[in-house]
Amino acid sequence: MNIPTPSFERAAAAAADRLSLRASRAGLVDVAVGAVDSPLGTLTVGVTPRGLVRLAYGDEDLVLEDLARRVSPRVLSFPKLVDPVRRQLDRYFAGRLHDFDLPIDWRLTAPGFTRKVLRATARIPFGSLRTYAQMASRAGSPRASRAAGNALGSNPIPIVVPCHRVVHSGGGLGGYTGGLYRKEHLLTLEGVLEDG
Amino acid sequence: MPPFQTFLEAHRGAVYRFLVGLVGPQDAEDCFQETFLAALRAYPRADGRNLRAWALTIAHRKAMDAHRGRRRRPVPVERVPDAPAPDAPLSDPGLWRDVVALPEGQRAAILLRYVEDLPYRDIGAVLGCTEAAARQRVREGLRALREVVTT
Repeated sequence: MNIPTPSFERAAAAAADRLSLRASRAGLVDVAVGAVDSPLGTLTVGVTPRGLVRLAYGDEDLVLEDLARRVSPRVLSFPKLVDPVRRQLDRYFAGRLHDFDLPIDWRLTAPGFTRKVLRATARIPFGSLRTYAQMASRAGSPRASRAAGNALGSNPIPIVVPCHRVVHSGGGLGGYTGGLYRKEHLLTLEGVLEDG
Repeated sequence: MPPFQTFLEAHRGAVYRFLVGLVGPQDAEDCFQETFLAALRAYPRADGRNLRAWALTIAHRKAMDAHRGRRRRPVPVERVPDAPAPDAPLSDPGLWRDVVALPEGQRAAILLRYVEDLPYRDIGAVLGCTEAAARQRVREGLRALREVVTT
Protein backbone atom coordinates (compact mmCIF):
# COMPACT_ATOMS: atom_id res chain seq x y z
CA MET A 1 0.00 0.00 0.00
CA ASN A 2 1.22 3.47 -0.77
CA ILE A 3 -0.37 6.25 1.25
CA PRO A 4 0.32 9.73 -0.13
CA THR A 5 2.10 11.16 2.89
CA PRO A 6 2.13 14.90 3.26
CA SER A 7 5.37 16.36 4.59
CA PHE A 8 5.04 18.36 7.77
CA GLU A 9 8.67 19.30 8.12
CA ARG A 10 8.11 23.06 7.81
CA ALA A 11 5.19 23.12 10.26
CA ALA A 12 7.13 20.84 12.59
CA ALA A 13 10.21 23.07 12.46
CA ALA A 14 8.11 26.12 13.35
CA ALA A 15 6.44 24.23 16.19
CA ALA A 16 9.85 23.11 17.45
CA ASP A 17 10.98 26.74 17.58
CA ARG A 18 8.01 27.60 19.76
CA LEU A 19 8.81 24.65 22.00
CA SER A 20 12.05 26.18 23.30
CA LEU A 21 10.29 29.03 25.11
CA ARG A 22 7.87 26.72 26.92
CA ALA A 23 10.64 24.27 27.72
CA SER A 24 12.79 27.02 29.14
CA ARG A 25 9.96 28.38 31.29
CA ALA A 26 9.36 24.88 32.62
CA GLY A 27 13.03 24.71 33.62
CA LEU A 28 13.69 21.82 31.26
CA VAL A 29 16.53 23.30 29.21
CA ASP A 30 19.84 22.37 30.81
CA VAL A 31 21.90 23.88 27.97
CA ALA A 32 20.55 26.47 25.52
CA VAL A 33 22.62 26.82 22.37
CA GLY A 34 22.75 29.40 19.63
CA ALA A 35 25.03 30.50 16.82
CA VAL A 36 26.80 33.84 16.83
CA ASP A 37 28.34 35.28 13.67
CA SER A 38 31.75 36.83 14.14
CA PRO A 39 34.76 37.95 12.07
CA LEU A 40 36.35 34.67 13.17
CA GLY A 41 33.51 32.59 11.74
CA THR A 42 30.34 31.26 13.30
CA LEU A 43 30.65 30.65 17.03
CA THR A 44 28.52 28.10 18.86
CA VAL A 45 27.50 29.37 22.27
CA GLY A 46 26.13 27.26 25.13
CA VAL A 47 24.41 28.75 28.17
CA THR A 48 23.16 27.01 31.32
CA PRO A 49 21.03 28.50 34.10
CA ARG A 50 24.36 29.26 35.84
CA GLY A 51 25.93 31.11 32.94
CA LEU A 52 28.08 30.82 29.85
CA VAL A 53 29.42 27.26 29.71
CA ARG A 54 30.81 26.91 26.18
CA LEU A 55 31.95 29.03 23.28
CA ALA A 56 33.31 27.11 20.33
CA TYR A 57 34.80 27.63 16.94
CA GLY A 58 33.82 25.03 14.41
CA ASP A 59 31.32 22.27 13.89
CA GLU A 60 28.07 22.80 15.76
CA ASP A 61 27.05 19.13 15.76
CA LEU A 62 30.23 18.10 17.54
CA VAL A 63 29.82 20.87 20.09
CA LEU A 64 26.25 19.78 20.85
CA GLU A 65 27.32 16.16 21.21
CA ASP A 66 30.07 17.17 23.58
CA LEU A 67 27.66 19.24 25.68
CA ALA A 68 25.18 16.36 25.78
CA ARG A 69 27.90 14.06 27.06
CA ARG A 70 29.56 16.41 29.53
CA VAL A 71 26.72 18.59 30.83
CA SER A 72 23.31 17.09 30.06
CA PRO A 73 21.52 15.55 27.07
CA ARG A 74 18.83 18.21 27.50
CA VAL A 75 20.53 20.50 24.98
CA LEU A 76 18.10 22.67 23.04
CA SER A 77 18.59 25.34 20.42
CA PHE A 78 17.28 28.58 21.91
CA PRO A 79 18.98 31.62 20.33
CA LYS A 80 17.07 34.05 22.57
CA LEU A 81 18.84 32.81 25.70
CA VAL A 82 22.15 33.38 23.95
CA ASP A 83 21.30 37.02 23.11
CA PRO A 84 23.21 38.63 26.02
CA VAL A 85 26.37 36.77 24.97
CA ARG A 86 25.79 37.68 21.31
CA ARG A 87 25.38 41.37 22.11
CA GLN A 88 28.62 41.52 24.10
CA LEU A 89 30.55 39.58 21.45
CA ASP A 90 29.24 41.92 18.74
CA ARG A 91 30.43 44.94 20.70
CA TYR A 92 33.77 43.32 21.49
CA PHE A 93 34.47 42.59 17.82
CA ALA A 94 33.41 46.14 16.96
CA GLY A 95 36.03 47.42 19.42
CA ARG A 96 33.40 48.94 21.68
CA LEU A 97 33.61 46.52 24.62
CA HIS A 98 36.73 45.65 26.58
CA ASP A 99 35.45 43.74 29.58
CA PHE A 100 32.88 41.00 29.26
CA ASP A 101 30.29 41.05 31.99
CA LEU A 102 28.77 37.59 31.82
CA PRO A 103 28.19 34.94 34.48
CA ILE A 104 30.42 31.94 33.79
CA ASP A 105 29.54 28.31 34.41
CA TRP A 106 32.94 26.71 35.07
CA ARG A 107 31.77 23.10 35.12
CA LEU A 108 33.60 22.13 31.92
CA THR A 109 36.96 23.01 33.45
CA ALA A 110 38.62 20.45 35.71
CA PRO A 111 38.60 21.68 39.31
CA GLY A 112 42.05 22.37 40.72
CA PHE A 113 44.99 23.66 38.73
CA THR A 114 43.17 23.94 35.38
CA ARG A 115 40.32 25.94 36.80
CA LYS A 116 42.67 28.19 38.76
CA VAL A 117 44.62 28.97 35.59
CA LEU A 118 41.47 29.77 33.63
CA ARG A 119 39.92 31.85 36.41
CA ALA A 120 43.14 33.88 36.56
CA THR A 121 43.05 34.16 32.76
CA ALA A 122 39.54 35.60 32.94
CA ARG A 123 41.02 38.54 34.88
CA ILE A 124 43.74 39.47 32.36
CA PRO A 125 42.76 42.96 31.16
CA PHE A 126 41.95 43.78 27.53
CA GLY A 127 45.07 44.51 25.52
CA SER A 128 47.48 42.96 28.05
CA LEU A 129 49.72 39.93 27.67
CA ARG A 130 50.81 37.33 30.21
CA THR A 131 53.21 34.42 29.88
CA TYR A 132 52.47 30.75 30.51
CA ALA A 133 54.85 30.90 33.48
CA GLN A 134 52.98 33.85 34.98
CA MET A 135 49.69 31.96 34.72
CA ALA A 136 51.26 28.91 36.34
CA SER A 137 52.39 31.13 39.22
CA ARG A 138 48.93 32.60 39.60
CA ALA A 139 47.59 29.08 39.94
CA GLY A 140 50.14 28.36 42.65
CA SER A 141 52.65 26.26 40.67
CA PRO A 142 55.35 28.58 39.29
CA ARG A 143 57.25 25.79 37.52
CA ALA A 144 54.22 24.31 35.75
CA SER A 145 54.16 26.55 32.70
CA ARG A 146 53.70 23.56 30.35
CA ALA A 147 50.72 22.39 32.41
CA ALA A 148 49.38 25.94 32.30
CA GLY A 149 49.63 25.75 28.51
CA ASN A 150 47.59 22.55 28.56
CA ALA A 151 45.01 24.12 30.85
CA LEU A 152 44.68 27.07 28.48
CA GLY A 153 44.41 24.70 25.53
CA SER A 154 41.39 23.08 27.19
CA ASN A 155 39.63 26.43 27.67
CA PRO A 156 35.91 25.77 26.94
CA ILE A 157 35.13 29.50 26.68
CA PRO A 158 37.74 31.19 24.45
CA ILE A 159 37.48 34.94 23.74
CA VAL A 160 35.44 35.59 26.91
CA VAL A 161 38.03 33.76 28.99
CA PRO A 162 40.85 35.40 27.03
CA CYS A 163 43.44 32.64 26.71
CA HIS A 164 44.65 34.47 23.59
CA ARG A 165 46.34 36.97 25.94
CA VAL A 166 48.77 34.32 27.16
CA VAL A 167 52.00 33.94 25.14
CA HIS A 168 55.53 32.54 25.44
CA SER A 169 58.03 34.47 27.54
CA GLY A 170 60.50 34.39 24.60
CA GLY A 171 58.12 36.47 22.50
CA GLY A 172 56.43 33.69 20.53
CA LEU A 173 52.65 33.70 20.39
CA GLY A 174 52.31 30.09 21.54
CA GLY A 175 49.39 27.99 20.41
CA TYR A 176 45.66 28.49 20.10
CA THR A 177 42.84 25.97 19.90
CA GLY A 178 41.00 27.90 17.25
CA GLY A 179 44.13 28.25 15.10
CA LEU A 180 46.94 30.79 15.40
CA TYR A 181 45.38 33.18 12.87
CA ARG A 182 42.49 33.66 15.28
CA LYS A 183 44.84 34.47 18.15
CA GLU A 184 46.56 37.01 15.90
CA HIS A 185 43.23 38.53 14.91
CA LEU A 186 42.15 38.94 18.54
CA LEU A 187 45.48 40.44 19.63
CA THR A 188 45.39 42.82 16.66
CA LEU A 189 41.86 43.85 17.59
CA GLU A 190 43.11 44.58 21.10
CA GLY A 191 45.98 46.69 19.77
CA VAL A 192 48.73 44.34 20.97
CA LEU A 193 49.82 43.28 17.50
CA GLU A 194 50.38 45.56 14.54
CA ASP A 195 47.89 45.24 11.73
CA GLY A 196 49.08 42.86 9.01
CA MET B 1 22.75 9.69 23.89
CA PRO B 2 22.27 12.34 21.20
CA PRO B 3 21.59 15.95 22.26
CA PHE B 4 17.86 16.57 22.59
CA GLN B 5 18.09 19.08 19.74
CA THR B 6 19.31 16.34 17.40
CA PHE B 7 16.54 13.98 18.56
CA LEU B 8 13.97 16.75 18.02
CA GLU B 9 15.19 17.53 14.49
CA ALA B 10 15.27 13.85 13.56
CA HIS B 11 11.71 13.03 14.67
CA ARG B 12 9.69 16.26 14.71
CA GLY B 13 8.37 15.76 11.16
CA ALA B 14 7.22 12.19 11.81
CA VAL B 15 5.59 13.16 15.11
CA TYR B 16 3.79 16.13 13.56
CA ARG B 17 2.50 14.03 10.65
CA PHE B 18 1.37 11.25 12.99
CA LEU B 19 -0.48 13.79 15.15
CA VAL B 20 -2.19 15.44 12.18
CA GLY B 21 -3.40 11.98 11.20
CA LEU B 22 -4.61 11.27 14.74
CA VAL B 23 -6.15 14.54 15.93
CA GLY B 24 -6.30 16.76 12.83
CA PRO B 25 -4.32 19.88 11.95
CA GLN B 26 -6.00 22.12 14.57
CA ASP B 27 -5.01 20.05 17.59
CA ALA B 28 -1.73 18.75 16.18
CA GLU B 29 0.25 21.81 17.27
CA ASP B 30 -0.84 21.54 20.93
CA CYS B 31 -0.23 17.82 21.02
CA PHE B 32 3.17 18.37 19.40
CA GLN B 33 4.17 20.79 22.16
CA GLU B 34 2.90 18.45 24.88
CA THR B 35 4.69 15.51 23.28
CA PHE B 36 8.11 17.11 23.13
CA LEU B 37 7.80 18.79 26.55
CA ALA B 38 7.09 15.37 28.04
CA ALA B 39 9.93 13.90 25.99
CA LEU B 40 12.35 16.58 27.19
CA ARG B 41 11.34 15.93 30.80
CA ALA B 42 11.96 12.20 30.51
CA TYR B 43 14.80 12.36 27.98
CA PRO B 44 17.78 11.43 30.20
CA ARG B 45 15.94 8.23 31.16
CA ALA B 46 15.30 7.26 27.51
CA ASP B 47 18.94 6.33 26.92
CA GLY B 48 19.25 3.07 25.01
CA ARG B 49 15.68 3.10 23.73
CA ASN B 50 14.44 3.22 20.16
CA LEU B 51 13.96 6.98 20.21
CA ARG B 52 11.67 7.12 17.18
CA ALA B 53 9.23 4.61 18.63
CA TRP B 54 9.55 6.30 22.00
CA ALA B 55 8.63 9.73 20.54
CA LEU B 56 5.64 8.23 18.69
CA THR B 57 4.52 6.46 21.89
CA ILE B 58 4.38 9.77 23.75
CA ALA B 59 2.63 11.42 20.78
CA HIS B 60 0.00 8.68 20.73
CA ARG B 61 -0.60 9.13 24.47
CA LYS B 62 -0.97 12.90 24.08
CA ALA B 63 -3.39 12.40 21.17
CA MET B 64 -5.51 10.10 23.36
CA ASP B 65 -5.47 12.74 26.12
CA ALA B 66 -6.65 15.33 23.60
CA HIS B 67 -9.48 13.06 22.44
CA ARG B 68 -10.63 12.48 26.01
CA GLY B 69 -10.40 16.19 26.77
CA ARG B 70 -12.45 17.07 23.72
CA ARG B 71 -15.18 14.62 24.64
CA ARG B 72 -15.61 16.44 27.94
CA ARG B 73 -15.70 19.85 26.34
CA PRO B 74 -18.44 21.20 24.10
CA VAL B 75 -17.23 20.95 20.53
CA PRO B 76 -17.53 24.07 18.41
CA VAL B 77 -19.35 23.43 15.16
CA GLU B 78 -16.90 25.29 13.05
CA ARG B 79 -13.31 25.94 13.96
CA VAL B 80 -10.95 28.45 12.50
CA PRO B 81 -7.72 26.66 11.63
CA ASP B 82 -5.00 27.96 13.92
CA ALA B 83 -2.26 25.57 12.93
CA PRO B 84 0.29 26.64 10.35
CA ALA B 85 -0.47 25.39 6.88
CA PRO B 86 1.27 22.07 6.29
CA ASP B 87 3.75 21.85 3.43
CA ALA B 88 1.40 19.68 1.42
CA PRO B 89 -2.21 20.37 2.26
CA LEU B 90 -4.27 17.67 3.88
CA SER B 91 -6.96 18.31 1.32
CA ASP B 92 -4.72 16.29 -0.94
CA PRO B 93 -7.34 13.85 -2.17
CA GLY B 94 -7.04 10.13 -1.89
CA LEU B 95 -6.11 7.46 0.50
CA TRP B 96 -4.71 9.79 3.18
CA ARG B 97 -8.14 11.27 3.75
CA ASP B 98 -9.71 7.83 3.98
CA VAL B 99 -7.07 6.79 6.51
CA VAL B 100 -7.85 9.82 8.64
CA ALA B 101 -11.53 8.81 8.58
CA LEU B 102 -10.81 5.36 10.07
CA PRO B 103 -11.74 4.54 13.68
CA GLU B 104 -8.97 5.64 16.06
CA GLY B 105 -7.39 2.27 16.84
CA GLN B 106 -7.09 1.23 13.21
CA ARG B 107 -6.03 4.68 12.10
CA ALA B 108 -3.09 4.80 14.50
CA ALA B 109 -2.01 1.31 13.44
CA ILE B 110 -2.25 2.11 9.72
CA LEU B 111 -0.37 5.40 10.13
CA LEU B 112 2.42 3.70 12.06
CA ARG B 113 2.70 0.87 9.56
CA TYR B 114 2.37 2.65 6.22
CA VAL B 115 3.26 6.26 6.95
CA GLU B 116 5.91 5.91 9.66
CA ASP B 117 7.05 2.52 8.35
CA LEU B 118 7.38 0.96 11.80
CA PRO B 119 7.77 -2.80 12.27
CA TYR B 120 4.85 -4.55 14.02
CA ARG B 121 6.86 -5.01 17.21
CA ASP B 122 7.29 -1.21 17.52
CA ILE B 123 3.67 -0.56 16.55
CA GLY B 124 2.65 -2.77 19.46
CA ALA B 125 4.97 -0.82 21.75
CA VAL B 126 3.54 2.53 20.64
CA LEU B 127 -0.09 1.40 20.98
CA GLY B 128 0.50 -0.53 24.18
CA CYS B 129 -0.55 -3.88 22.73
CA THR B 130 1.10 -7.08 21.56
CA GLU B 131 2.73 -7.48 18.17
CA ALA B 132 -0.10 -9.85 17.18
CA ALA B 133 -2.74 -7.32 18.21
CA ALA B 134 -0.91 -4.65 16.21
CA ARG B 135 -1.00 -6.90 13.12
CA GLN B 136 -4.70 -7.50 13.69
CA ARG B 137 -5.45 -3.78 13.89
CA VAL B 138 -3.55 -3.08 10.68
CA ARG B 139 -5.42 -5.90 8.96
CA GLU B 140 -8.77 -4.53 10.11
CA GLY B 141 -7.77 -1.07 9.00
CA LEU B 142 -6.82 -2.32 5.55
CA ARG B 143 -10.11 -4.17 5.23
CA ALA B 144 -12.03 -1.03 6.16
CA LEU B 145 -10.01 1.03 3.68
CA ARG B 146 -10.64 -1.47 0.91
CA GLU B 147 -14.37 -1.14 1.49
CA VAL B 148 -14.22 2.65 1.38
CA VAL B 149 -12.05 2.71 -1.72
CA THR B 150 -14.07 0.17 -3.69
CA THR B 151 -17.49 1.58 -2.84
